[in-house]
Amino acid sequence: MTVYVAPVKDLMFVLEEVAGLDEVAALPGCEEVGIELVSAVLEEASRLAEEVIAPLNKISDQQGATCANYEVKTSPGFKDAYKQFADGGWIGLTCDPEFGGQGLPHLLSIPVGEIWNSACTAFALCPMLTSGAIEALSHHASDDLKARYLPKMISGEWTGTMNLTEPNAGSDLAAVRTRAVPANDGSNAYLISGTKIFITYGEHDYTDNIIHLVLARLPDAPAGVKGISLFVVPKFLLNSDGSAGARNDAKCVSIEHKMGIHGSPTAVMAFGEETGAVGHLVGEANRGLEYMFTMMNNARLSVGLEGVGIAERAYQQTLSYAMERIQGRVAGREGTLPIAYHPDVRRMLMSMRSQTEAMRALVLVAAASLDKAARCADAGERKRHQARIDLLIPVAKGWCSEQANEIAYTAVQVHGGMGYIEETGVAQYQRDARITTIYEGTTGIQANDLMGRKVARDGGAAANALILEMVATAVQAQGVTELTSMGDGLAGGVADLKAATDWIVENYVSNTASTLLGSVHYLKLFGTVAGAWLLVRSSIAAQARLVAGNGDAAFCRQKIGTTRFYIDQVLPLTASLLLMLKRGTSSLDAADLALS
Amino acid sequence: MSMKILVPIKRVVDYNVKIRVKADNSAVELDNVKMSMNPFDEIAVEEAVRLKEAGVAVEVVVVTCGIAAAQDILRSALALGADRAILVEVDVAQSETLQPLAVAKLLKALVGQEQPGLVICGKQAIDDDANQTGQMLAALQGWPQATFASKVVIADGKATVTREVDGGLETLAVTLPAVISTDLRLNEPRYATLPNIMKAKKKPLNILTAASLGVDVAPRLITRSVNEPPKRTAGIRVGDVAQLVDKLKNEPKII
Repeated sequence: MTVYVAPVKDLMFVLEEVAGLDEVAALPGCEEVGIELVSAVLEEASRLAEEVIAPLNKISDQQGATCANYEVKTSPGFKDAYKQFADGGWIGLTCDPEFGGQGLPHLLSIPVGEIWNSACTAFALCPMLTSGAIEALSHHASDDLKARYLPKMISGEWTGTMNLTEPNAGSDLAAVRTRAVPANDGSNAYLISGTKIFITYGEHDYTDNIIHLVLARLPDAPAGVKGISLFVVPKFLLNSDGSAGARNDAKCVSIEHKMGIHGSPTAVMAFGEETGAVGHLVGEANRGLEYMFTMMNNARLSVGLEGVGIAERAYQQTLSYAMERIQGRVAGREGTLPIAYHPDVRRMLMSMRSQTEAMRALVLVAAASLDKAARCADAGERKRHQARIDLLIPVAKGWCSEQANEIAYTAVQVHGGMGYIEETGVAQYQRDARITTIYEGTTGIQANDLMGRKVARDGGAAANALILEMVATAVQAQGVTELTSMGDGLAGGVADLKAATDWIVENYVSNTASTLLGSVHYLKLFGTVAGAWLLVRSSIAAQARLVAGNGDAAFCRQKIGTTRFYIDQVLPLTASLLLMLKRGTSSLDAADLALS
Repeated sequence: MSMKILVPIKRVVDYNVKIRVKADNSAVELDNVKMSMNPFDEIAVEEAVRLKEAGVAVEVVVVTCGIAAAQDILRSALALGADRAILVEVDVAQSETLQPLAVAKLLKALVGQEQPGLVICGKQAIDDDANQTGQMLAALQGWPQATFASKVVIADGKATVTREVDGGLETLAVTLPAVISTDLRLNEPRYATLPNIMKAKKKPLNILTAASLGVDVAPRLITRSVNEPPKRTAGIRVGDVAQLVDKLKNEPKII
């Protein structure tokens, strides 16, 4: 049994000192978002997560969801926990108040989301997918569809799913084959038929109805990505009073046996095997993929956040074990000591901790950009923040999920032989984290997006704007006596990022393939430097608090120590990543030779 | 019935935090320590809110005596369903020496102002475990009291209270107005919902001072020194049952 304690102190610190809570609170519609409210919300989310959800994590790994006769039984305790979660109003946190939401910014939903994910990622996925479906309907559906579906999805009475993937349409959605034909029954309904796979919470026992959003092709649709439309297909058709009525022809035929997140039912959905699944078009025909992409930023940030959540939980459990497990003698110390005192174990613990804190800061800063891009009064400001968030999303998704895997790996390593034993409960993190580098776009997809669309396309403008801010932080740290060396370290890392960015801008168009060979190197370089930048900013704020005698001195010293470790032991990777990136042409030749 | 319920609550070191003593042994360390509502008081708030939901009461007023930061627990109580809050604000130095008798006097003054039909408080606060304030308030006010409640039924101007006592359960009927203090098993407090946390921000929170209530909060007791409990020393292994019995019978202070 592992105890989870939400890192509210660090979340509050980063929100206030790094992510700019005050700036977000000054945005239109965010007037309520003061420190007291944020703190009250995080505290209450922590209670629910620690007391109700976290205890289910291990059980759900051992007794995952099961499927029989088109029905899914969720893991023990999930249904009750979902009811408490929905009754708590948590699904509606960022949703439109007109339909029962609270209209709060992402800068609040993201830290709360970290807490749900640490407590139990498999549980957190259902509300995450519902939020995505709510967002798609909010932005693109007709007023009639919104009125029929949104209030019950926002209250959690019904859940939502996203049906994109098909057996032959994974990363390439242009290959979607699911068909939609007009019902021709006098209504404006369509009949949907086809098979969708990897549908998270496509079926479950939580609620009376499940609202599927489905990508499908109309009969006259153009080929490729511009011929895909979005439909809303409820499990139970809606009666005229809005309640759930007759069973729709949309069934879960099986669920997958997965490496991790066993508590999350991953459905194979069969639409229209009998009469055709009744659905309604969302927005305009043939614009489905475009609609999906409007919420892709949020979805990808949410997966990066899963990485942060799993990493934090893995660190907590590992630290606690390392402080209890007494083994061997430590050079320079008397007697036997907990393994946490062995230098190599200290290195592993700090590698986990410093990267987790850097990842947390990155997703929170990205969340603030999301809010500013959506809510700034000035159009120019909105555009500037949109460019920033577009740049940060592949980094936050790709880097945080990759590092979560490394951190979960290290968690098992610190546990030694016990880590390899399932009973210990730490192997679960490694298995659960594994999916995060794959779904919502693999690391390779993120890296290609970063390099091609986000850096090369604008000639490095958005990247260079961010790099300038990083340089300013490095200079600021160099000017603080206690932080000079970390400022120097950051400056070195930023120089590598700048060199890599310039190299991409120079080479991408003329030499696309060999540049793309190193795209994941660039993504990791970017993430590693961005993490350093935000940790140094945290340390500058921590040092200022120490000088002012304001706040928790022990916490501030720990933040500075964590940053120093990261600068010493994580950031130097940038030199080799830069080198590997630049060897793209020769490496591509080598690969062609070897794979021929 | 248009009864109002007053619920006094206290901000204490969170029950998950390991208590540390200040280096100068003057008090428990509170700097940068997570603080929350006393768990017994949460049960009191929950009971009052349930009585309101059941139509027995019309208003739930929460009050705390403490520093400005104690507003956070008042907001928590408002998020659980209390209607309005009162902070009797004292400065940091006063808060460190605020004792049950002074709090009971402040509450008596508030009872005079608010005229509640019932006061429900936690049986004790988990910081000093004094278990005195409710009883003192009842005595000062001349009201009946029913402490350590595990069940409360209000009907016909009376509270029928089941109490957890050493020998089992005891049931008392007290005429209202009265003071009830809550035990652990009275109820299980709910989680605040997000909409209610938002609404709590807008509920009235009135700030008063001890002076405005005409109460002298100067301490009547002096704390000489605060110390960690002594460390447990190693035990000894007995050879057989006879030796164990012998030690139990003959060694001083072993039981």
